[in-house]
Amino acid sequence: MPQGEYLGMTLTVLDLDNENLAYFQHCADHDFHLQQCVDPDCDLIRYPPGTACPWCSGREFRWIPVDARGTVHSYGEVHHAIQPAFRERAPYMILLVELDTQAGEPTEHEALRVAGNLVDADGNFAGPDLVKQVGIGSRMRMVFADVAEGLALPHWTLDEDAEQPDTPWRYPQGVNGV
Amino acid sequence: MTTDIDATAGKYLRDKYAIIGVGETTYTRGSGMTTRALGTWAIKNAMDDAGIPASEIDGMMSYSGNDSTASPMLAGDLGIRLNFYMDVQGGGSSSEALIGLAIGAIEAGMCETVVVFRSMNGFSQVRIGGTGARASVPVGGDALHSAAYGWFSAGQNFSPTFMRHMYDYGTTPEQVAMVKVIHSEHASNNPKAYYKQRVTVEDVVNSRMICKPLHLLDCCVETDNATALIVTSVDKAYDYRNTPARILGVAGRVCKPRIDMHFQHGPISTVAGFYIKDLIYRNAGLGPEDIQCTGAYDAFTFTSMLQLEDYGFCEKGEGGDYVSSGIMRLGAERPNNTSGGHLCEGYTHGMNMIIENVRQLRGEVDDYCPVDDNGSRQHTYNYAEPSAGGGCRQVPDLEITQNLGWAMPGTGSSLIMRKG
Repeated sequence: MPQGEYLGMTLTVLDLDNENLAYFQHCADHDFHLQQCVDPDCDLIRYPPGTACPWCSGREFRWIPVDARGTVHSYGEVHHAIQPAFRERAPYMILLVELDTQAGEPTEHEALRVAGNLVDADGNFAGPDLVKQVGIGSRMRMVFADVAEGLALPHWTLDEDAEQPDTPWRYPQGVNGV
Repeated sequence: MTTDIDATAGKYLRDKYAIIGVGETTYTRGSGMTTRALGTWAIKNAMDDAGIPASEIDGMMSYSGNDSTASPMLAGDLGIRLNFYMDVQGGGSSSEALIGLAIGAIEAGMCETVVVFRSMNGFSQVRIGGTGARASVPVGGDALHSAAYGWFSAGQNFSPTFMRHMYDYGTTPEQVAMVKVIHSEHASNNPKAYYKQRVTVEDVVNSRMICKPLHLLDCCVETDNATALIVTSVDKAYDYRNTPARILGVAGRVCKPRIDMHFQHGPISTVAGFYIKDLIYRNAGLGPEDIQCTGAYDAFTFTSMLQLEDYGFCEKGEGGDYVSSGIMRLGAERPNNTSGGHLCEGYTHGMNMIIENVRQLRGEVDDYCPVDDNGSRQHTYNYAEPSAGGGCRQVPDLEITQNLGWAMPGTGSSLIMRKG
């Protein structure tokens, strides 16, 4: 049962939770995988891990490697943290990154939107200056934070190899210097 | 056997049930009592409001998130013998859903009159915002994809929806702040409200940032309180003290697609109201243009706006214009949350907004207006602050109200009532 301390929280992947066990093992291998429906008429990839296909209800799937790059679809920027260990890391960003893979499929507004925090290239939580560089439209690549054997969390950092928008969209107002 | 009733039609139960009594405790931070004691206090107030004895109540329902006391304890305390009870998991949007289920239980012959209650020490015991005990819960299963990222409290969870609405439609912080401004005006005329101080747009946008795009004053208050209402059939409803609030339609916990993680199915700036409107207006037999007063759940300023927009009170994307136009003010075309709602009166997971609309439909809102010798409130319809000679919050000539309940962007409920 993968379990570890992370930012003051005990993270646990339970023994019976086969889908999350496989998902986080791939993350621990720093090799992002998602489930793909094996029905050839469907073939769709899903996130987060689940027990059936949201498009055809099929229960059979395979794990496939997925290119973990994409575009920030939206975000929250936390200045007043709730969980104790996050307080010293505020402001921190919660990113929803829309993967290039399967964007706009099977219908226009669907996509694989993968959550994570904004981190630097080494996987450390982003400081205030880096936070101010990221917004809707920013191009991101995945990095992993190791937690325990069989458990790492995917996070997001600016993709150095990608063309970034001149000014990603950010919340328009500065308050109290933030 | 034949029947002339089309039981598949949404109109089947339209106008056949009513809310006959409402009650609440005071809204405090530090109730100094258990949720059991709070719950019996609110239910007793609802019973006294209706003038119904314990012997004529035989159903009880509640909702909670491991932060309350279940029906059997409260029923036992109050001497209510139950033919039916059910306590469910849930927060916002549960109140409307449970009213619908209460109707179903009565219709099925399981019971005749149902109390729905919500009792919570949302400030002094289990903080609604997620601080305290809730922040130290071990993280596993689905939460590994959310709480592990410090994506945990309601404001944090909803922020990508709110932010994307600003991106998609150019909605501004100042527009959305008007929700708080207007609700604070209403709360100033509500003796029960926890926050009675009127605030300005500048107060909201200059308050400290909690989680962009939410400033402190974009977020609701956390309070200790219990709330209760009593549902029965229309053939019994007129046996009691007050004019019943008759139920025209209800929709409960309607979801967007991919409700396991609704952000997978966009547009993410669209909320459950987009789907609810097709149920609720069909069931009630009317449309948003017929609604004279709304109770759009205001856990945050943004939640009222997003719902009003997706229910069709304005065009998609124009929610910012709608809430900042002044239309939601008392005295204007369609007031919203005349009690001050969650932003100002107190946080009850939606119940207080239904209670308020029941009282509004009776024409007996408990504001600062004088009460005559017969116990009838003489409304002045002066909506200025009490200190300026106002203090009224009764909507004149009110016939139809709607509650727009919110659990989260992907899930909501609704209730349409008319004056009995």
